[in-house]
Amino acid sequence: MDAKSGISGCFQLQQGEFKLDMQFAVPGRGVTAVFGASGSGKTSLIRCIAGLERAPVGELYVNSQCWQDESRRFFLPTYERPLGYVFQEASLFAHLTVQRNLEYGFKRIAAEQRRVQFDEAVELLGIRPLLTRYPARLSGGERQRVAIARALLTSPRLLLMDEPLAALDMGSKADILPYLERLHTELSLPVLYITHALHEVMRLADHMLLVQNGRILSSGAVQSVLTRLDLAFNQSNDAGVMIQGQVAGHDERFHLTYVDFAGGRLSLCRAQVQIGSPVRVSILARDVSLALQPEENSSILNEFLCTISDIVEDAQCRLLVKLDVQGASLLARISRKSGHLLGLQPGTLVYARVKSVALL
Amino acid sequence: MEAVNWTPVGLTLQLASLTTVILLCIGTPLAWWLAHTRCWWKSLVEAAVALPLVLPPTVLGFYLLVLLGPKGALGGLATFISGTHLAFSFTGLVIGSVVASFPFVVQPLQNAFSSMGRRPLEVAATLRAAPLDRFFTVVVPLALPGFLTAITLSFAHVIGEFGVILMIGGNIPGKTQVVSIAIYDHVEMLEFTQAHLLSGAMLGFSFLVLVALYALNRRYK
Repeated sequence: MDAKSGISGCFQLQQGEFKLDMQFAVPGRGVTAVFGASGSGKTSLIRCIAGLERAPVGELYVNSQCWQDESRRFFLPTYERPLGYVFQEASLFAHLTVQRNLEYGFKRIAAEQRRVQFDEAVELLGIRPLLTRYPARLSGGERQRVAIARALLTSPRLLLMDEPLAALDMGSKADILPYLERLHTELSLPVLYITHALHEVMRLADHMLLVQNGRILSSGAVQSVLTRLDLAFNQSNDAGVMIQGQVAGHDERFHLTYVDFAGGRLSLCRAQVQIGSPVRVSILARDVSLALQPEENSSILNEFLCTISDIVEDAQCRLLVKLDVQGASLLARISRKSGHLLGLQPGTLVYARVKSVALL
Repeated sequence: MEAVNWTPVGLTLQLASLTTVILLCIGTPLAWWLAHTRCWWKSLVEAAVALPLVLPPTVLGFYLLVLLGPKGALGGLATFISGTHLAFSFTGLVIGSVVASFPFVVQPLQNAFSSMGRRPLEVAATLRAAPLDRFFTVVVPLALPGFLTAITLSFAHVIGEFGVILMIGGNIPGKTQVVSIAIYDHVEMLEFTQAHLLSGAMLGFSFLVLVALYALNRRYK
């Protein structure tokens, strides 16, 4: 990637015992998930990008604009960077109503530079009924929606979100995710989204940066990072793939929805989605089994002929198998013994039986 | 029996207002710095700020007298500029009151600033507010109870100050004779009516100020 397009940079920063040393380049559009365990340096990275932290060695270009270049001691202060920042916990100004909170950033943008209008953001996040309230009288989910709208109203060129859902309960999370998806589809705004929930990565992100111990472990399209067998996090129980497809139709008789993807057609439980609309599904490795023959008399609906592209062993009794199905990737977790009995190795043709597909 | 002379009251209010304004101007940046610095000599500055709380007023007053007198650093400078030194002058009283009331302004402000943390400022910065803009639109409103406490304490403390003022201001009617000293004088001369009136006014005024402070603080919580 050209260093001047997209978002690219490098930071070296020492904070007590913790050392951050990252070099990265992500596309200038779409959602990039910054994924990693807590304490891995995700927040420090985002704070450096926002200019809230000044890395003594640092360089940062955002869509060909230089925000920091320590080699010539250049550092654009945060308030001059056209960015939006959504903090992990509620960060609304307690002394201002929702309306005044939203206006705080909006008023500081010259009218001709506003690309997001006040009503637009209010509608997008569904917060019109809250405008006259004070933050103390909002639920956690409502606060985060206001915080997101407030950030959008500065018409940012880059939106940074630091685990915006982490402090919320399951119900509020489910409430707010659709708004984040709308953000993704309705605004052409690059977003860096910190999370440690794989589910959120699969649902929202196009690209990901995998962060560990202050370093970038891997970066690339979500599908390709999620199917890299050499990364430890893919050995977790939640390892799986995200597949982008299109709704092909519904089967009212059996309450099914069909989704077409590169590797064929998936059947899943009837979902409220429009025919033709793009959807994302996840298939966990533990839900995929392998066979050498197609099975006629089986309860499995989703079966695909695949080529094994790679196999790794875990520390115990299992194998993680990466499969290629006409360009799309699947992961399967099977026992070592099965792998041995079936004689599986890279290049083998197998039938992947998918027990469960979840619409994201 | 002589009528009450109210001049000391006007003088006292003037002194208290002027001192409080000056203290806010000096104390706010200092409290801000103390709340945010990680510098090792922060403790030294904190201790120096708190000194007027523990020193006997006479000690404080003595050093101020020396400082403001014709041979002191400040008094000498004033003599050089204007021909008169600062002891036994209203200016001297203001300087003395500023020093004596310093902790009453700096400490509540420092507490308010540090309990607020950096987060509201960072948020404001990401919303394009420049440093001074952030200070007036975020810090001041959020630290308002701290400011109210600082203003009230400083005002009340100047009005109640006796020892320091007696040491550096003497007791010049119309110039440096403030209420607390005027009351002392009245009592010395057994003019109990005047002492009663002035004391009663002080008592009522102080009580009202405190009531107003607590009511305001409750509103902002």
